[in-house]
Amino acid sequence: MIPAKFDYVRPSSVEEAVTALRDAGEDAKILAGGQSLLPVLRLRLAAPSVIIDLGGIADLRRISEDGDRIAIGAMAPHHDVMRDDLVKQHVTLLSQATATVADPQVRHRGTLGGALAHADPAGDLGAVALALDAEFVIAGASGTRTVGASEFFVDYFTTAIGEGEILTQVRFPKYTGWTSHYEKFNRTAQAWSMCAVAVALRLDGGSIAEARVGLTNMGTTPIRASGVEAALVGQQASADAARAAAEHATEGTAAPSDADAAADYREHLARVLTGRAVLAAAG
Amino acid sequence: MTTTAEPTTTELGKARTRKEDARLITGRTRFTDSITPHGTLHLHVVRSPIAHATITSVDKSAAEASPGVIGVFTAADLGVEAVGLPCAWPITPDMKAPQRPLLASSTVHFAGEGVVVVVARTAAEARDAGDLVEIDYDALEPVLDMEAALAEGATLVHPDLGTNENATWVFDSGAAGTGASVDEAIAAAEADPDSIVLRRRFRQQRLIPAFMEPRSCVVDPTGEQITVWAATQVPHILRTMTTVTLGVPESKLRVIAPDVGGGFGGKIGVLPEEMLCVAIAQRLGKPVKWTETRSESLLAAHHGRDQIQDLTITAKKDGTVTGLDVHLLADMGAYLGLVGPGVPILGAFMFNAIYKIPALKFTCTNVFTTKTLTDAYRGAGRPEATFGIERIMDELAVELGRDPMDLRKQNWITHEEFPFTTVVGLTYDSGNYEQATDQAMATFDYAGLRREQEERRARGDKVQLGIGISTFTEMCGLAPSRVLGSLAYGAGGWEAASIRMLATGKVEVITGASAHGQGHETAFSQIVADQLGVPFEDVEILHGDTQISPKGLDTYGSRSLVVGGIAIVKAAEKVVAKAKKLAAHLLEASEDDIEFNAGQFTVRGTDKGKAIQELAFAAFMAHDYPEDMEPSLDSDAVYDPENFSFPHGTHLAAMEIDTETGKVSLRRYVCVDDIGNVVNPLIVEGQVHGGLAQGIAQALFEEANYDDQGTLVNGTFVDYTLPSAADLPSFESSTVSTPATSNPLGVKGVGEAGTIASTPAIVNGVIDALRHLGVTNVEMPTTSQRVWRAIQEAKGNSTQETPIDTHSPGAGLGSIDPNNPQGEVQ
Repeated sequence: MIPAKFDYVRPSSVEEAVTALRDAGEDAKILAGGQSLLPVLRLRLAAPSVIIDLGGIADLRRISEDGDRIAIGAMAPHHDVMRDDLVKQHVTLLSQATATVADPQVRHRGTLGGALAHADPAGDLGAVALALDAEFVIAGASGTRTVGASEFFVDYFTTAIGEGEILTQVRFPKYTGWTSHYEKFNRTAQAWSMCAVAVALRLDGGSIAEARVGLTNMGTTPIRASGVEAALVGQQASADAARAAAEHATEGTAAPSDADAAADYREHLARVLTGRAVLAAAG
Repeated sequence: MTTTAEPTTTELGKARTRKEDARLITGRTRFTDSITPHGTLHLHVVRSPIAHATITSVDKSAAEASPGVIGVFTAADLGVEAVGLPCAWPITPDMKAPQRPLLASSTVHFAGEGVVVVVARTAAEARDAGDLVEIDYDALEPVLDMEAALAEGATLVHPDLGTNENATWVFDSGAAGTGASVDEAIAAAEADPDSIVLRRRFRQQRLIPAFMEPRSCVVDPTGEQITVWAATQVPHILRTMTTVTLGVPESKLRVIAPDVGGGFGGKIGVLPEEMLCVAIAQRLGKPVKWTETRSESLLAAHHGRDQIQDLTITAKKDGTVTGLDVHLLADMGAYLGLVGPGVPILGAFMFNAIYKIPALKFTCTNVFTTKTLTDAYRGAGRPEATFGIERIMDELAVELGRDPMDLRKQNWITHEEFPFTTVVGLTYDSGNYEQATDQAMATFDYAGLRREQEERRARGDKVQLGIGISTFTEMCGLAPSRVLGSLAYGAGGWEAASIRMLATGKVEVITGASAHGQGHETAFSQIVADQLGVPFEDVEILHGDTQISPKGLDTYGSRSLVVGGIAIVKAAEKVVAKAKKLAAHLLEASEDDIEFNAGQFTVRGTDKGKAIQELAFAAFMAHDYPEDMEPSLDSDAVYDPENFSFPHGTHLAAMEIDTETGKVSLRRYVCVDDIGNVVNPLIVEGQVHGGLAQGIAQALFEEANYDDQGTLVNGTFVDYTLPSAADLPSFESSTVSTPATSNPLGVKGVGEAGTIASTPAIVNGVIDALRHLGVTNVEMPTTSQRVWRAIQEAKGNSTQETPIDTHSPGAGLGSIDPNNPQGEVQ
């Protein structure tokens, strides 16, 4: 790999990182796990003047319980997230979706925060964060602020993280006792999702008391499938209910067309996969 | 042989782990890019992003001023405008052959063609300066579609040739006298109510060989000889062709292929970059290196396959095939590769496959387009032919309402009929299709799976089951030199070997085969250990350096064992003959009374004897040896095979298709290959598994496509989708053995078998799963989208065409146009 020349900074605290980012100006890029940045550098599709590597900030890898939230440091690698007991117990859907990301090598390098800040709509974790109403803690020169998932994803590769700011933590409400499933459809095992559906359900007896549904790669951002959620609530957890709710899967989407799937096929997949995800989540 | 006892075969058939693997796995070896002579300069080639254009200006000034840059050169700057790369296979006397330059001078003919080369002190400086070279282009119309390229008034890739047709090559069994006339067979079938005529069109998509080690070349011009290290399959051919191309005397060139990380045919060429390295090293008097990036490799290294196949098969309604007419269009790309035009022609001899087809005609038209050139890719011509015949045999079975395996049995050559001379004039020396098929069918539980298929159909299951069959054969062990001569191929097909008996009893074996992952060192050591009766560990295999192994024709076409291995046997026989003479002298016995067994030369009926190591030492000392021999046991041999070898096998695939999503899953894959005697079953298993993965990948995953501007859209491994282990099941592979009668070891080639056999098995299985829904064809790769659309069309639902030329995903990203990246990247 021969990228264009850049300067390299490896701060040891968030404060240092924010300062480095301010000093570096517009051309700086933040390096988290590097699983998207390095390919772009390798192909010279980006030529940042400075790379600020967050790998030296140990605090950013921590996963902890914080009252009614599970707080995950932005630099926690996928491998840690998917195996963490707190995540498995309280945010099962995140653990399930993370286990489908690429391959073990990528999951050891890539990070939750990096993937979410990169905001590729084909990435698996945005739909989960959106469906589960995650909060994003963002640090800047004037301190930290918290942004809800519904405001975080703005457009293709664009988030609410502003210039001079760094994503430091992602906080998930606890979904203890919910059932969930991430239904992913891709060309090969390591490939990006052509389409995927994240579902979490709170069952009460045989019926669905609450539902959270997110869609991967069905628009310029992850999509919250509110129509599906509304159609599920109050229904018995049955194949018929899943099928009927899945008919709402494409509401509010803008499916992209590419070589793997033209928009019509992608929409079809969204409906089929939504039905399957709901049934799988319902057990 | 005059030895009186059969050599023991303690090594042949032993599943030894490969002696190469320790150094390869631990990295304790050198590939070309890890060789850096002191003072090496680095090359970076600036390539055209446009498929077809006139170069209007080249501004090198900024690049020349860039740090570390030694020079920035066009072809004119280097004085190499008149240099053309070789094509060694003029398939017809009047073949149209454009000159492929080292760098494009006035016109670029494919996206990825080099225009300027930058030389700098480091690879990074060369790459940085490359970005500063400004080249202006006037775009010309790209030529992308083979049929349109042949139409009247088409834009010409090379206007001076007056046509986009490279050549049309015809074989007609009626005219050749090897069989009946296809035209008559078709006319007869059309006139006969008890016969049918079936026509089908199949496509072989364009594939990328995707070897693991990117191509690389290092040239050191200091010293008496110019030394060239190259990641190549063909160091000997590269040396000769460097002389042909650049005029450097062959005796002044030393070519070394160190450990080479795969090839699959993709490293059979003579590269413009290799010739640039030699020319620039000579000009500057310094060592130079060029190593491509992965994206350069996908873009500019030769591609494979890319054919349109129009087949007509005629048969009696009782199932007897009466004729096969084959019309191919083969995409050469913008220029001709070293053996590119001959690759589809190799298929001419394999369309009849294992069947007793009485009439065959093969017509192939090679076409120029403004795409990357095509050349050999694992199987080279035979996978295409096997796909065509095995697909249309399934189609014929459907038309006739027959079980596809029964129809094959009815038409194949039975084991009593060998040796069998086919409709194209090849003589299959041996084979037993019944044996391989019976074993495969039993392992697979063919009848049980057919029952399950019926049940799923009857229930209307969401997941449908398909059974795919491929009963393949191939011709490998390229090749008898006289046959190559008759095909106007630019070389022979022999292989050379030498054996040196060292004073200490160790054995050095020099082979002209050039391994790049096959395991030659292990397999050849096993052969020599048996032939000479020495320990496996005492045998060293030397190869891949024209000063160590001066004579050879390298590795391709599953030839290393069946040609190179036999050359080693022949050399070993000479060693034994010399040793026997020396033994007789030292033991004061008649040569006729000397028996050789397991490394011991003994006087018959006595306990007097000498070990081969003792004789090697005696020859080295040379204190006492017969007057009519030289004091050496060392021997050379050159072996030219009299025939190809014809491995065959029966491959069965159980395919599951999710009819809701179109997702295709390979549930089981059973294959039984007959490759004659097996030297090392572990290496065979590895070759079969890797071959299967590549053949299955053509059926399910891989496709190199161009957009309407002639830009490769699958330019990274994100969108050129190679399968990994997670995408494939555990293969159930086994072998049976009908020894070849055409060589003394009874062996057949195995390097390409899995690739050749598996593609039609998979596609036949996919279509078999969908046939009852009204689907008759799905083009490769049979992606979920294509399958879903095929089902929709069969249901009468209108659906758009599957797009193949859209940029996305790419650039290591999930959903981005690599030409238009945007947004934050973290």
